[in-house]
Amino acid sequence: MAKDQSIQKGRGATIKKNFLRNWQLYLFMMPVFLYFFIFHYIPMYGVQIAFKDYYATLGIWGSQWVGFEHFERFFSSYYFWRLLKNTIILNLYMLVLFPLPIILALAFNELRNGAFKKWTQTLTYAPHFISVVVVVGMLVAFLDPNTGLINHLLRLLGMDTIPFLTSPDWFRHIFVWSGQWQTLGWSTIIYLAALAGVNPELHEAAKVDGATRVQRILRINIPSIMPTIVILFILNIGNFMQIGFEKVLLMQNTLNSETSDVIQTFVYQTGILEGQYSFAAAVGLFESAINIVLLITVNQIARKVSENSLW
Amino acid sequence: MSRFSLSDKAFDRLNFLFVLLITLIIIYPLIFVISASISDPHAVNTGRMWLWPVDVTFEGFQRVFQNDAIWTGYKNTILYTAVGVIIHLFVLLPASYALSRKELMGKKAWLWFILFTMLFNGGLIPTYLVVRNLQMLDTMWAIVIPGVVGAWSILVARTFFQQTIPDQLVEAAKIDGASDIYLFFKVVLPLSMPIIAVMALFHGVALWNQYFNALIYLRSEDKFPLQLILRQILILNEVSADSASSAAGSAQSFADQIKTASLVKYAVIIVSALPLLIVYPFLQRFFVKGVLIGSVKE
Repeated sequence: MAKDQSIQKGRGATIKKNFLRNWQLYLFMMPVFLYFFIFHYIPMYGVQIAFKDYYATLGIWGSQWVGFEHFERFFSSYYFWRLLKNTIILNLYMLVLFPLPIILALAFNELRNGAFKKWTQTLTYAPHFISVVVVVGMLVAFLDPNTGLINHLLRLLGMDTIPFLTSPDWFRHIFVWSGQWQTLGWSTIIYLAALAGVNPELHEAAKVDGATRVQRILRINIPSIMPTIVILFILNIGNFMQIGFEKVLLMQNTLNSETSDVIQTFVYQTGILEGQYSFAAAVGLFESAINIVLLITVNQIARKVSENSLW
Repeated sequence: MSRFSLSDKAFDRLNFLFVLLITLIIIYPLIFVISASISDPHAVNTGRMWLWPVDVTFEGFQRVFQNDAIWTGYKNTILYTAVGVIIHLFVLLPASYALSRKELMGKKAWLWFILFTMLFNGGLIPTYLVVRNLQMLDTMWAIVIPGVVGAWSILVARTFFQQTIPDQLVEAAKIDGASDIYLFFKVVLPLSMPIIAVMALFHGVALWNQYFNALIYLRSEDKFPLQLILRQILILNEVSADSASSAAGSAQSFADQIKTASLVKYAVIIVSALPLLIVYPFLQRFFVKGVLIGSVKE
């Protein structure tokens, strides 16, 4: 007992001593602490409005509890299934293209001409720095039914013009492939770094055994960067449901909303535009919940199957 | 041996062509925009211009420079980006440095406090309500403060400090009686220029390009950043080409308005991306470095 107490006392004294000696380090933490507290933890506390009827005059705490009323209203509304379906299909579509940057990185890695490699990398990275507004602006210009480049081409080939941006059938393709255009090059960077770390002795040994380039890519390069692939895949899933919502919002119009209405744009519309704060917060919370469940599930699976995981 | 075998030489050629093709596909739209910005809009709209400029004219740029809304937006974006980057560094660097030091107690708790926000956040509406309650709506602060720093940047900067600032250096300076604040400004920061550059660039590009915070938090048009003005011109087609033409709007023919619209369109893209286009080739390796430091898993 007495010993325990003296240890505790000793620990208390150490903490005090540490603080007195290093108080400036704690001062350094203050801006980050305040920022995360105010802009991340207070909103987490504020999520409770999803279960309340929020009135600004009553405040978050003073507003009435209504339980799952907003969730029930959302689940039973006619647009619920449409939103869920659109969100899932759009994200699955993007997920299916996950291997593309890996393929391009493998191709970059095999280039023997240093200058060509450097130039093609610099050029393919460039679209990453273009703002999403400009990308959608370019889509509007290129896909215009009358003046757009693509429709001129279709006309040249004797085909009918297509009103791409107002067509629900085209929305997903345009969204996903313009996204690939923008991020494909940039996404290769991490894989290229992983490829640079592949043990050259493996390649030497394989060469001695008469393996071709293609065989060495398949048997050495791809297995070597597998851990990186798995980690990035999990991170991708973690962002499932919320990738690129700002771009969806820009591309959305009343004519293509049948496929372009996703959960996040709905939150924006009902919450910010219509001021139904509680309802929109409930919809947003539903989405975050799915995200977390997905992330944890995929992480568990990855840990079991490949021994690579985020945690 | 597999039946499908490709000689290494043939593979090299195919691979070269593959990369070349992808690169051409990616840069073609960029070349098109650049050419279109200095071509006669009629040639662009009728499909006569498809690669190199046709009937070169700089009218589009002239109109852009005459447009007050674009200038105001440009000015605002420069202000928001500059102020935002400074606050970003002020919040990010001291904390990342403190987290890299073994003297800091409760490091696990600090890291959890920060990392948890990667996993879960309150979402759009609760965050909006916080900004509103802080009376930040329709001010610059709504643009630069929410999202001023992310968990990812803190981890990256912390890793950098851990790797580049040796413990002995810190201990020696402390024995000489230097305070942490002195040490940070006089010793640590001068040694950390690469990470400062990378972080400032990443955050600067993000601020320059973002429109969504401005869309939800700003009301007055004179505070709009460039991206919101671009959205009006490029996507919503709300072209008020210049004050003179909108005053004489009725007199101006419809075709003329459309011509102006497409003239301004491509030029304004170039003007908005100009700062990035100029610095990008020189800074590309910094950006790449930033991604790579961030991918170091502990």
